[in-house]
Amino acid sequence: MRWLTRLVEFVGKVGLFTLRVLVDSVKRPFELAQLSRQLAEVGNKSLALIVVSGFALGAVMTLHTRSTLVTFGATAMIPAVQAVSFFVEIGPLVAGLLLAGRVGSGIGAVLANMRASEQIDAIESLSIDSFKFLVVPRVLACVIALPFLTLFMDFAGLLGGFLSEGLSSHIAPALYLNRAFDYLQWSNFIAPTLKTTVFGLIIGSVSSYFGYTTDKGAQGVGEAATNSVVVSSLLIIVADVLLIKCIFFLFPDTAI
Amino acid sequence: MKDAHTVAVEFKRVTKSFGTKCILNDVSFLIEQGQALCLLGRSGTGKSVTLKLIMALMHPDSGEVWVDRDNVVGMRERSLSLVRKKLGYLFQDAALFDSLTLYENLALPLSRLTNKSKGEIDDVTHRVLTDVGLGADGAKYPSALSGGMKKRAGLARALVLEPKILLADEPSSGLDRITASEIDELLMRRKADHGTALIIVTHDVHGTRRIADRVAVLDKGHLVAFGSVEEVSQSDNDVARRLITE
Repeated sequence: MRWLTRLVEFVGKVGLFTLRVLVDSVKRPFELAQLSRQLAEVGNKSLALIVVSGFALGAVMTLHTRSTLVTFGATAMIPAVQAVSFFVEIGPLVAGLLLAGRVGSGIGAVLANMRASEQIDAIESLSIDSFKFLVVPRVLACVIALPFLTLFMDFAGLLGGFLSEGLSSHIAPALYLNRAFDYLQWSNFIAPTLKTTVFGLIIGSVSSYFGYTTDKGAQGVGEAATNSVVVSSLLIIVADVLLIKCIFFLFPDTAI
Repeated sequence: MKDAHTVAVEFKRVTKSFGTKCILNDVSFLIEQGQALCLLGRSGTGKSVTLKLIMALMHPDSGEVWVDRDNVVGMRERSLSLVRKKLGYLFQDAALFDSLTLYENLALPLSRLTNKSKGEIDDVTHRVLTDVGLGADGAKYPSALSGGMKKRAGLARALVLEPKILLADEPSSGLDRITASEIDELLMRRKADHGTALIIVTHDVHGTRRIADRVAVLDKGHLVAFGSVEEVSQSDNDVARRLITE
């Protein structure tokens, strides 16, 4: 039972931490310079990872899909399968997990290092609210950047799929795009992309929580980085299940 | 009873524990404006905690901590912000912000806590960095600095708001004798030129003898000696006597 108590305690603490982020994010002063810096850190610096991963995943997925669909003589469906699977599920989920790995570990380690090296105390000693200055911009940057990164992953995946398919069947780009978006509705595209704001909130809040609240000195830096990635990734996958149910409820057409 | 106008920092029966371990037990002392107090004691006796209590980064279990004319215990964040403007804090490892250049480290408090223009901030930052011998290093990041340079940069940041009271946590630790002496010189110059009260946590007996008007010795949570260097060196307490003489 002790593990259950600890789990409930942890969920409560992270929940209150996230609530504080949401409340502080609408209070003055708005840390716009910090937000801009963090958007560059979270968004710009993750772009290459997202695009390359999306491209490779798109190419690999098409190779696998083709070998199956050839059996049923349905290779014309490859662009549609690629688009629907990327825009509806693979893009948002993989972008979230990749960001949890790259950014989550970074946020956890940086904040834990700042705690261990008394930089957070230094900020407080300068009469600056360290939570608003360090945590809120990082969480908001994750929330804002992830939907855009997801779009990059979606289109990179589509491009990878097109090149892979093009090498096999010499399909024209216009025809590929036409077939790809034939089966895609706006609700297939908007809701799954917007759900990544929740993934961003999870990554930012969980990672900041582990980094900001550590009290284990240098040892806490490694722990915060590891815990940030593990817990963020787990929560993203769990949240995905719940969010898909919500999307099906709100947009019944998307549920097949 | 001292006139409140001359009091820089006063502890009144302060007690602070972490779990079951009592770090400070009923500690009282007073330091006046323009004086230098060196806090001595073995490791883990609550010296750094004392500084953090003054800065209200921690709160005591009981007792009062007076800074200038305000008791910071239980003070609201907005009022605390005004008190903290009177204080400068040199952290043990300088605690410079890794992601900011030296210039940005110093400009941050100026831009946040004063109404100075960009030009005035540039002037003040350059002057303070020059005062500590880092006038040409403003564009460098903390990772590019040596230990001594970091300490001087940390001191510059602590001084940039012209504090009435400067708290320094082991300003000479990990430094060679010459660099440590340079830091001591900067602290003494600050006290002489601006009448800044200094509260310095240190293990450096040589530096203590040069700087201190008052010496406080903490041992096992208690203030076991308080007075001038001469008074503490003749104290009945063995730990206090050994710390100031050996």
